[in-house]
Amino acid sequence: MSTERVNVRKTYKLFIGGAFPRSESGRSYVVTDAKGKFVANASRASRKDVRDAVVAARKAFGGWSSRTAYNRGQILYRVAEMLEGRKAQFVDELRSAGMGRAPAAAEVDAAIDRWVWYAGWTDKIGAVAGAANPVSGPYFNFSTPEPTGVVGVLAPASPLLGLVSVIAPVIATGNTCVTVTESPLPSITLAEVLATSDLPGGVVNLLTGQAAELAPWLASHMDVNALDLAGAPAELATSLEQAAAENLKRVLRPAADTDWTADPGTGRLTAFLETKTVWHPVGV
Amino acid sequence: MSGKLFEYAPAPESRDIVDIRATYGLFIGGEWVDSTGEDHHKSINPATEEVLAEVAFATAEDVDRAVTAARQAYDKVWGPMPGRERAKYLFRIARLIQERSRELAVLESIDNGKPIRESRDVDVPLVAAHFFYYAGWADKLEHAGFGPAPRPLGVAGQVIPWNFPLLMLAWKIAPALACGNTVVLKPAETTPLTALLFAEICRQADLPPGVVNIITGAGGTGRALVEHQGVDKVAFTGSTDVGRQIARSVAGTGKKLTLELGGKAANVVFDDAPLDQAVEGIVNGIFFNQGHVCCAGSRLLVQESIAEELLDRLKTRMATLRVGDPLDKNTDIGAINSAAQLDKIRELSQAGEDEGATRWSPPCELPERGFWFAPTVFTGVAASHRIAREEIFGPVLSVLTFRTPAEAIEKANNTPYGLSAGVWTEKGSRILWMAERLRAGVVWANTFNKFDPASPFGGYKESGFGREGGRHGLGAYLK
Repeated sequence: MSTERVNVRKTYKLFIGGAFPRSESGRSYVVTDAKGKFVANASRASRKDVRDAVVAARKAFGGWSSRTAYNRGQILYRVAEMLEGRKAQFVDELRSAGMGRAPAAAEVDAAIDRWVWYAGWTDKIGAVAGAANPVSGPYFNFSTPEPTGVVGVLAPASPLLGLVSVIAPVIATGNTCVTVTESPLPSITLAEVLATSDLPGGVVNLLTGQAAELAPWLASHMDVNALDLAGAPAELATSLEQAAAENLKRVLRPAADTDWTADPGTGRLTAFLETKTVWHPVGV
Repeated sequence: MSGKLFEYAPAPESRDIVDIRATYGLFIGGEWVDSTGEDHHKSINPATEEVLAEVAFATAEDVDRAVTAARQAYDKVWGPMPGRERAKYLFRIARLIQERSRELAVLESIDNGKPIRESRDVDVPLVAAHFFYYAGWADKLEHAGFGPAPRPLGVAGQVIPWNFPLLMLAWKIAPALACGNTVVLKPAETTPLTALLFAEICRQADLPPGVVNIITGAGGTGRALVEHQGVDKVAFTGSTDVGRQIARSVAGTGKKLTLELGGKAANVVFDDAPLDQAVEGIVNGIFFNQGHVCCAGSRLLVQESIAEELLDRLKTRMATLRVGDPLDKNTDIGAINSAAQLDKIRELSQAGEDEGATRWSPPCELPERGFWFAPTVFTGVAASHRIAREEIFGPVLSVLTFRTPAEAIEKANNTPYGLSAGVWTEKGSRILWMAERLRAGVVWANTFNKFDPASPFGGYKESGFGREGGRHGLGAYLK
């Protein structure tokens, strides 16, 4: 007599510094599928997890930002390759959240293509956003874009394409990020893709939990340089922006009804870039 | 070198060229109007404490009138006007500034206290150049890399500081107008006069009424302007504390914001630097404009092996700096802009002594009236000292040493600010190695405090965000 095989379920944890720890708070929350059926007890990140993630992101910033743009492009492209190989898994996870088969497949395709889009930008944004400036004097004066630093990202509700669309432009230019998302599926699965794509640990940190609880700590953290409010709870957006003012964070405000399938342009790249201008002497 | 000051005969620039009115109203909708309030402020000459003029403190109602005038001008005239026509107004303004340059320079020195040599040779020429530069952009915006059809934002509320009154006005107004915005600008409380003269220049240029509105006042007026609901864009240059308040008050409004705030720049001198040139650069970095410069090189980081020699040469050079009458063409260091700023410089310098640093100033006779502070250098400064961390905004230099390039970077970046930095070395590859690692918006190599309209300027971290100057400067005024 044969018995049906019992599935090996996945434990959904956080993604901090390249590892998958549980929340230090020991808390979890129930994730169900569209029909209300139990899927997992996801880790519910705490204020301390936010801080740990910022430490990891800061630690990773020096190395990641000094990689060559070509190397960052290769790694982002590698993410696309890994995602392509796990397409079926992502379609399944989106379907379990209630999406139809065709739209789920289209969403995964678009997410893969978005990585490819930003992979190509890593070694081109400098040419587009930089300049050689014709100053009146014996100087070679040039401006180059540089990453802002550690970016706090509140991921939008669009669980895969939206998430990819906010993370990829931040890291493409050499920033590192701490991302808060309410949907462990498929974001933690995306973290598994990132963890196997040669992306150094700490470049992307993913915290699952309640945005309303975590966002104020991220917005007020003094070692975070910028804040993407894409998925900020509407009623909190103003207070988060106020908190961000404390250390003059660069804030990307949420746009009403962002269409994540639209051509992303360069706005999300340039939002987290600084312009450095160097005056180099000319002489013999 | 003895460091002995040669006796120079006084060479004062005549102030007959300027005509200061006893009182000034507000410049709104192309007309001079009285404030609705009673509050007035006396603008004084910081070198003599003589009252120059009485200016209004604009009320919230005045701010509303100015924003309304700017909105009407935006909707009816300036917004719809083709870029090539806007350009010609800006070219006109640039020419008028050149024509009236000496008058502007003298007035700036009288109102601000800066040496005529600087207002005449640096501030005013850069003002004219800035208008000339952005005039040329007005009909080329679709080629500037901000999309095929960039649009102006609307009405810009602009608040500027007292250290470079007219230059900061130019940095604010020229790109705003080139991009098709109209402006309401508030000059600093202690230095309103050149902005008010600029209003006359706008009239000479036949600039349509309401495109530029100048309202005088203090913090309250600035707050009313920044918080006015009819303002689409806020641009501020000033202290990091006020910048923070503005960022907080703009939160949630959707107004576009750019901030150019404080700094605590490191000026890094390596052992292979051309020392005499470096000494000139250090002097220019910290004593230019009495040190009232947000990007001033206020932290000297010198490689240990040459520290002693460099300091000797620096002190010798400092002993030849002439402090005194801003209108004297020989003057190197003019008056501190206000009694309040002098208090702040004194307080922080005292803190430097109290915390254990060694203070030195050359023998230096200061005038009896007015606000003065001798050029000062602190040695034996630790990174934890207030004078190494806080912006003094005066002629006070803190000296620290380093051994390796890596240590220089670590120390230079050890600040919440990130506006500017300097590097002195004969080695080009080291300049670029340092420049890559300094977290600052402007890096000067073998020079310091150089500005150009084509060169973007602005900070990292708590020195603010957004750029002024160059193609990048357009981004602050377009959507």
